[in-house]
Amino acid sequence: MDITTTLPVLALLILVIPLFNFLWLGIAGCKLPHKVAAAFGIVGMGTCLVFACMIAYTYFFGGDAAFQTVLADGTLERLPYTVFDHTWLAFTQNLVIKLGFYLDPISAMMLVVITTISFCVHLYSLGYMDGERGFQRYYAFLSLFSFSMLGLVVATNIFQMYIFWELVGASSYLLIGFYYTLPSAVSASKKAFIVTRFADLGFLIGILLLSFYTDTFDFATLNSNPGAVLASTGGATFMGASVLTWALVLIYVGGMGKSAMMPLHIWLPDAMEGPTPVSALIHAATMVVAGVYLVARLFPLYMLEYAATVFIAVVGACTAFYAAVVACAQIDIKRVLAFSTISQIAFMMVSLGVASLGNGEVCHHGLGYMASMFHLFTHAMFKALLFLGAGALIHAVHSNNYTAMGGLRKYMPITHITFLIGCLAIAGIPPFSGFFSKDEILSAAYAWSPFMGVWMTIVAALTAFYMFRLYYLIFWWNDPKFHHTPHDAPWSMSIPLVFLAAVSCVAGFIPFGHYVTWNHLTYDIHLDGAIAISSVIIAILAISLATIMYRKENSLPAKFRAAMPCLWEWAHHRFYWDELYMFVTHKIIFNGICRPIAWFDRHIIDGTMDGFAYITNKASWSIRTLQSGQIQMYVWIYLVGALIIGGIAMLVALA
Amino acid sequence: MNCITDILNSIDITPIWYLIPSLLMFCAGVYGFMTRKNMIAMLISIELMLNAVDINFVVFNRFFFPHSMEGMFFTLFAIAIAAAETALAIAIIINIYRAVKNVDVTSVNEMKF
Amino acid sequence: MFSNILIYFVVIPIVMLGLLAICKNVKQVRAVAVIGSSALVGLSIYLLCDYLQLRAADPVSPMFYVQSWQWFPDLNIHLAVGVDGVSVAMLILTGFIVFAGSFASWKIDQPKEFFLWLILLSTGVYGFFISIDLFTMFMFYEVALIPMYLLIGLWGTGRKEYSAMKLTLMLMGGSAFLMLGLIGIYYHSAADPANLTWNLLEIVNNDAIPHGWQSFLFPMTFVGFGVLGAMFPFHTWSPDGHACAPTAVSMLHAGVLMKLGGYGCFRVAIYCMPWAANELAWIFLILTGISVVYGAFSACVQTDLKYINAYSSVSHCGMVLFAILMLNTTAMTGAIMQMLSHGLMTALFFALIGMIYGRTHTRDITKMGGLMRIMPFLGVGYVIAGFASLGLPGLSGFVSEMTIFVGSFEHQDTFHRVFTIVACASIVITAVYILRVVGKLLFGPVQDQHHLQLTDATWFERLSTVTLIVCVAAIGCFPNFFVELIKNTFSPAIFAAIGLN
Repeated sequence: MDITTTLPVLALLILVIPLFNFLWLGIAGCKLPHKVAAAFGIVGMGTCLVFACMIAYTYFFGGDAAFQTVLADGTLERLPYTVFDHTWLAFTQNLVIKLGFYLDPISAMMLVVITTISFCVHLYSLGYMDGERGFQRYYAFLSLFSFSMLGLVVATNIFQMYIFWELVGASSYLLIGFYYTLPSAVSASKKAFIVTRFADLGFLIGILLLSFYTDTFDFATLNSNPGAVLASTGGATFMGASVLTWALVLIYVGGMGKSAMMPLHIWLPDAMEGPTPVSALIHAATMVVAGVYLVARLFPLYMLEYAATVFIAVVGACTAFYAAVVACAQIDIKRVLAFSTISQIAFMMVSLGVASLGNGEVCHHGLGYMASMFHLFTHAMFKALLFLGAGALIHAVHSNNYTAMGGLRKYMPITHITFLIGCLAIAGIPPFSGFFSKDEILSAAYAWSPFMGVWMTIVAALTAFYMFRLYYLIFWWNDPKFHHTPHDAPWSMSIPLVFLAAVSCVAGFIPFGHYVTWNHLTYDIHLDGAIAISSVIIAILAISLATIMYRKENSLPAKFRAAMPCLWEWAHHRFYWDELYMFVTHKIIFNGICRPIAWFDRHIIDGTMDGFAYITNKASWSIRTLQSGQIQMYVWIYLVGALIIGGIAMLVALA
Repeated sequence: MNCITDILNSIDITPIWYLIPSLLMFCAGVYGFMTRKNMIAMLISIELMLNAVDINFVVFNRFFFPHSMEGMFFTLFAIAIAAAETALAIAIIINIYRAVKNVDVTSVNEMKF
Repeated sequence: MFSNILIYFVVIPIVMLGLLAICKNVKQVRAVAVIGSSALVGLSIYLLCDYLQLRAADPVSPMFYVQSWQWFPDLNIHLAVGVDGVSVAMLILTGFIVFAGSFASWKIDQPKEFFLWLILLSTGVYGFFISIDLFTMFMFYEVALIPMYLLIGLWGTGRKEYSAMKLTLMLMGGSAFLMLGLIGIYYHSAADPANLTWNLLEIVNNDAIPHGWQSFLFPMTFVGFGVLGAMFPFHTWSPDGHACAPTAVSMLHAGVLMKLGGYGCFRVAIYCMPWAANELAWIFLILTGISVVYGAFSACVQTDLKYINAYSSVSHCGMVLFAILMLNTTAMTGAIMQMLSHGLMTALFFALIGMIYGRTHTRDITKMGGLMRIMPFLGVGYVIAGFASLGLPGLSGFVSEMTIFVGSFEHQDTFHRVFTIVACASIVITAVYILRVVGKLLFGPVQDQHHLQLTDATWFERLSTVTLIVCVAAIGCFPNFFVELIKNTFSPAIFAAIGLN
């Protein structure tokens, strides 16, 4: 492909096609038949997928000098490349928001991931959303989301990222609230938007801080010379931490919101109110990893500040464990998957956090960075697979709860097999993809600190346990009576399942280190034997435990629950985070700040103004009796006044 | 008879002889205007005051500026205008009487359209 | 005199007034209103194109089309006109809002009288934006304020007399401060008492106001205009006034009239007295910073749609004054952008609220719900307006807020940057109250079964809404055009005078 002519056109088309589809379906969609609207979406996204693969292929394998260079010692270095970059809004000479297309290993990888999953979801939705009211609107929103997400990953500067960051938030809001007549969907969408907005405030302040010192938004400038960034802050500190740390932590707060890290994770489980394909696309595979992507994008800066990366790692570790525990005690299958997503994203975050040692030095050859991106890639595939499988189940039994399922393996063989593959992948069983990426993360964690390694291994074991708990409860357990026999989904839903399952089987064998590394140099993945074997053994043990407990209907789970009622209750209620937030937002902010302010405004400020009017009014009423209308009164006053003035005049004259 | 004439002749008529009655008339007018509640009486009081002023004009003109006639003319004007004013005032009073059935000034303290 | 294009911004409304006076029926009234407001839109767009050409040829002059006709020689009062990019932007804004407002009041009672007052109001607004003579400016300012009393008092709803009186009195109170300030500026406008002038450009050139006087006159002028700009604690006319005003008046008031405040603060207070602006900015920064957050928090608990938007206007207009006080090019550009953006999106909001109220006869959000399914067009319009308000990229709010934040944060002073962060917090609170309204009003189950019979927007309502949405999206998608238009007009002298960039 010619990189000066064809590449910019393809790059532009990748962004323009979904945007056009959004506008076209959004404005004229309600006049179109369902199938036509879906065709627009699917064909458009298919085209984007082809273009994205072409771009990624050209980037990784094209061998163009603009994309890679061979160093003196024979290693290959991949170079970032700006395909186009147009000024959109110029604040000052240097602070300019540009809209551009930045091609580097991670953005090329993300392009493929997003278009693949998005295409699968577009296709899947044809069956899943069949006959729904607002079908065209649904496709319009999906296109808007795809556009925003693609714009986000190819951002050339941090403000472009923020723009699309907001846009994905809005499309997520629209899609979560797709069933807008359901109060639960409305409040879930509102919650998602507000929580992420709160995090975006951190992101924005982080951007402002960073740009104040560095005088640039450009990733290329920031990343190519991180030392200059450090120098530009001039050692300024705030509350004991350097301003760069503050900026990076605040930017990371934005990522925490989107990626549902504790304590800003509360929106993601509720976001499952949206249609299931949406959950697969947005809340499992693409949007929620935006935070990881953001940290990865600014990794050269994060490498400078050990405090920031430790913060990332610690938050990630806590979140991973918390979400895994909660996932063990959920009834709604989508909620289990949601917590599993939180936990897995936390894995990626930990991995990024443990990749650096501060001052620009990396830990264990920067393995964590590569592992994080690898896990992002494999997780996107198998988690989308799991969600789409869950969608097929929900489509079949019309309930989200596993209590309405059980024994479904006989009725839905395709869904069963693909779901099982997804579970094996996430549990880290070789040769499925999750094993490889998770193993790299564990290696990186052990290298950083053995404690972190052990901790993450425990989380991995929990992951295997709750996924197989879910699997058995859906497909084995008992054999309930169904009103109408569930059956496998139509072709449009099965094809994405089979495709993603196939990808999950083979993706682990991709030599990922050849494509994506922290310094863009090729790195060969070595499986660390001890860690690999121990983690597989632990995963198998966890799966065995799940098998014992949940394969056949029995009383073991109930006994376990009875043995530790407190833990079960707390985990089931997600450790009461939502209640805490409810308390803070409603009782403290709403009743403690907003209401007093509104009262203050109406009674004090407005009262003062009304008070002025009242005093004026009263004063004029009180002197109005002087104007009695009694003419003789006036004459008296006039006379007395005239005499007094006359007297004074005389006295003055005499004196 | 003669002595009376002598006395009269011996009296030097100065303006004060006119001004004192005029002052009395004016004060009577002011007093009447302020104390009487009947509007007709008040009107009469106003006329008294006006006439007192007229006398002053004539007197000052006659004694201090004997070669000019402005004071005289002014007085004639004032008398004419006072006549018109009285007609107007009477008309107003009659209308008030129609409205409130009396001519008491204290009963007329509200402006009505 | 009529060779100057600017004068037509006043002439056309006056001709419209004459024509309206002889109109016989509602059709003629509508025809006059629509043709006249379209002519004004056309004129302002023509002016924009012409202005851009002039500016390209001459990047130095502070203003174009400058001309002056003597009016009252003894006090040296002129009708002096002249525009720069900021005024052009404001004229375009006014044009579009008057245009949309005419369609929004298609079915008003007593249309002839209504439009007479409305057009008189817009005459004042246009006159204000083209004037560069302080006295004439003040006169047009008053012309714009007075019709508001009658428009709210006669065509309003609810406690209309109270609100109209409150609004008028508070704004008149502001005018009193303002007049004091303007007269003070006049008497110190030149070093030589023989050359006193009301002309802005000359005052700026002379730069003769002593610092002691500046620190007295600046607060006078700033507060005087700030009352109209809804600055805390002088904002309380705004919620009541907006709540009681008829749709088109709310649109014009929030959309354009409140901009007079911001524009005046910028054009008069800051331009004439940059030294005091720099010295005293901190007091007003605190007040406007409070406005921003306070308005947003108050909006969170209101249940009347118009009150919510009135408080949100307090918050957004607070941002305008806040940014003006930062005294740097970027933040000021942001302030002007925010004026444009807020004008359009609030007009859109009030237009939609008027349409919804016209159907449901209530503005209480607790009594409505699920309107999206009943009136999808209005619902979608409301969501778009909401997104614009909470600063979604691609719509105008994002552009202006980000310009303000980035510009303000460039300030070297820590105090200013801390307040910028406080102002940033408003983006979260805005999201809270906007989504609260959208969720309650449009989504969820239908609250009142009677609402099921309601109809969606009519053609003139659609036209009014679409016009505004297109404007909002145009600014949001192509901001650099507007930013460049505004930015290269800031007088370098001002920034040089106070040592800022």
